[in-house]
Amino acid sequence: MQEKELQGLIDRVVDGKLSRRSFVRRMVAVGLTAPMATQLLALSGVAMAQTVGDYKPTKRGGGGALKVLWWQGATLLNPHFATGTKDQDGCRIFYEPLGSWDADGNLVPILAAEVPTRENGGLSADGKSVTWKLKQNVKWHDGKPFTADDVVFNYQYVTDPATAAITAGSYKDMKVEKVDTHTVKITFVNPKPFWADPFVGVNGMIIPKHLFENFSGAKSREAPTNLKPVGTGPYKFKDFKPGDLVAGEINMDYHMANRPHFDSIEMKGGGDAVSAARAVLQTGEYDWAWNMQVEDEVLVRLEAGGKGKVRIYPGGSVEHIQLNSTDPYTEVDGERSSIKTKHPSLSDKAVRDALALLVDRDSIEKHIYGRTGIATSNYLNNPARFASKNTVKEFNIDKAIALLDAAGWKPGPDGIRQKDGKKLKYLYQTSINQPRQKTQAIVKQACQKAGIDIEIKSVVASVYFSSDEANPDTYPHFYADLQMYTTGPSQPDPGVWMQSFLSSEVCAKANRWQSRNITRWRNKEYDDIYAEAETELNPVKRAAMYIQLNDLPVKDRAVIPIVYRPQVRAGSLKLHASASGWDSDFFELHNWYKDA
Amino acid sequence: MSRDYLFRRILIAIPSLLGISLVLFTVLALAPGDPFGELVTNPNVPAEIRLALRAKFGLDDPVWIRYVRWLNAMLQGDWGFSFTSRMDVDTLIMQRLPTTVAVIGAAQILAIVVAIPVGVLAATRPYSLFDQIANTLAFVGFSLPTFFTGLLLILVFSIQLDWLPFVYRTDIRASGWQWWWEHIRQSIMPVTVLGLFQGASLVRYVRSSVLDVIKLDYVTTARSKGIGEPKVVTRHVVRNALIPVVTLVALQMPVVFGGAIVTEQIFRIPGIGSLLISSILANDTPVVMGVTFVFACLVVLFNLIADILYGWLDPRITFR
Repeated sequence: MQEKELQGLIDRVVDGKLSRRSFVRRMVAVGLTAPMATQLLALSGVAMAQTVGDYKPTKRGGGGALKVLWWQGATLLNPHFATGTKDQDGCRIFYEPLGSWDADGNLVPILAAEVPTRENGGLSADGKSVTWKLKQNVKWHDGKPFTADDVVFNYQYVTDPATAAITAGSYKDMKVEKVDTHTVKITFVNPKPFWADPFVGVNGMIIPKHLFENFSGAKSREAPTNLKPVGTGPYKFKDFKPGDLVAGEINMDYHMANRPHFDSIEMKGGGDAVSAARAVLQTGEYDWAWNMQVEDEVLVRLEAGGKGKVRIYPGGSVEHIQLNSTDPYTEVDGERSSIKTKHPSLSDKAVRDALALLVDRDSIEKHIYGRTGIATSNYLNNPARFASKNTVKEFNIDKAIALLDAAGWKPGPDGIRQKDGKKLKYLYQTSINQPRQKTQAIVKQACQKAGIDIEIKSVVASVYFSSDEANPDTYPHFYADLQMYTTGPSQPDPGVWMQSFLSSEVCAKANRWQSRNITRWRNKEYDDIYAEAETELNPVKRAAMYIQLNDLPVKDRAVIPIVYRPQVRAGSLKLHASASGWDSDFFELHNWYKDA
Repeated sequence: MSRDYLFRRILIAIPSLLGISLVLFTVLALAPGDPFGELVTNPNVPAEIRLALRAKFGLDDPVWIRYVRWLNAMLQGDWGFSFTSRMDVDTLIMQRLPTTVAVIGAAQILAIVVAIPVGVLAATRPYSLFDQIANTLAFVGFSLPTFFTGLLLILVFSIQLDWLPFVYRTDIRASGWQWWWEHIRQSIMPVTVLGLFQGASLVRYVRSSVLDVIKLDYVTTARSKGIGEPKVVTRHVVRNALIPVVTLVALQMPVVFGGAIVTEQIFRIPGIGSLLISSILANDTPVVMGVTFVFACLVVLFNLIADILYGWLDPRITFR
């Protein structure tokens, strides 16, 4: 289906000439999924069908205690300082954003009365402003009303450089004003297709102005409310012990009817992932456990305990191999892997193509990740509208050998291929993590058969994933030929994440290895399309651009995607709960309930 | 026991504590990684924020400046604040210290209660069946590391039998007897693991030290005077045999804390041991410094207690 044709159809729905249902049916017929079709409509200004939850309880409370287990406990409870998902989840029990992302990447209103759209006047035609209408009668836990002033205050708090808020990235290049007590207007400097970043999701949780206004900027650490949150959420603060416990009790004034169901919530931290899985799946001591970084084999065995089930939510993370486009062995101006150099052998496309053919993704999925990693040929996998259909995943050793032969890489006396004195010998690094070491072994074995020698290196995760400039073993330094790890967009929009191939983002000594482009791959076409996509308001065109942005580095083999990794959680069989790969586990905590 | 002596002991402790802190700080500073590592992989956090945070928390200054700053604050009673939770380190430690002390204390009491009678009985009947069994069990006991016995107990009592919980909770919503009962139930496994590990090696020491004493002439004299055997053992033998045991108990305190760190991790006990582990993993220097400092103080304190106990057990070696 042509883009123009599609746009025509959307216009007909907007004008009311075509029903939503028949639009969705036609989209499904051409191979789009139903949620994706509704997405296209939604972003084009058609009101999103509100999904009616299957929330059964008919009164507030009475559900007993909800016990959840995080094997890394929350360490702080100010959402603007939250460094990891564990902290964001702890905060989300008490604080709420204007809107949340559900599992399909749809926007769900929480503190907003409705999702802004073109119809309700929430979105401007030029893409430069958003007007949020806030829910009336929302109260902070201390009884004070929640108003537009609070929202505006959060913007001021976060953008004060002295606060050094972790969430500041979502509030750049914009202005936030109060229109009336329950309306807020955000004006962007440039047209912003992904307008739902500020005040939405994990970076959007809103803290009360009346308790924080005297503690912004340099004094931010001294606020007593940092440790005793007062929010709008379904549970009120009861107790907090960093790294160990976050406890809450029911908020009888919650702004949604009949919610929440539980009388209290206990979020226990610490320990390890396997025993957390055990406490939910096998013994049933807990109702929910976060981030099951456990081999699927073990999870299946624990599920046999019959108390709980593993739940999987698609997200954007992808485990991939990066190919260094620079030379990691030559030092130029005090740094290796400098863009002033070129990789001696990986600069040959034939070699990169051969390597891509030597990664047996299906075996890696089958024998290592199981349900927790799905083989893919794309760097950008989710939400579905951004997934490319133009790439293939192929494992073929013979074809790789033929390619290398044709390109003149002949086996030497030691069996390793070489050309002009350059050998196909690579250093392949990753963090210490059992599935990764197994993946390394599978790749190494296939490469050996094709005459490529792989030296395996694994670095302790706390070093590998650190921003330590002095340590050459961190992944941004990339002092190796190949490296492997997982990364992904944390929001259902790839805009920020796709910076990872921009020429302007090349990681180097000059920027203290703090930039995004780790492979150092540079491509003018990519840069141009990215710049265009930044301000493209037409969602269909924009999705097509991101598909192109995925295809360019994947087809040029700057990266070899392996598996995409959904969020894996363990939940009790009796618990009705849903998490999301795009938001905190608790994005819908108010709807959680348990069968008696 | 004079006040002078106590004062002298505390004075001696100061340079050792200073030395410990200096070594620790340097090692931590040299160790790779930084507290904001988690931000590196998050594409939504701009690099400027990471750099601003490093600057704000003074992580870019040279090691020696950071040490002097830390020491200076510490001398004024300011323990600093945690990088990851931004909470004051002393509050953080005080939240967790009671749990650790309770668990370690209970374990130590269990160890002593088991080890002394078993050791004494085994020594009074050397090479009897009881002695053989006690010895074998003691060997098994101190050869098995706590993380292994901990997992074993969980497998048997939590998973197979479903009698005991394996997640330690601090916020038990009950009062009176119910509260005590819940706390005892969840402490059984960790205390057993730690206590028996300690007790196993103690049994060996008690046995050999009683064996040494029981052959001495004054014991024979006591017996010939017609004092009953129980009285001979408790009054004359055990009291003298305990002196080396007390030294051992005191000197083993660091080992107990080490074992407690592992046990706390396995059973999710929110003590200072698990705080130490998570802080080390997060490169949270102020907390690591604070916790190790507390450990160092506790070890020094227990050595002092041992010295005081000597005086009580044997007035001849009272320090002046």
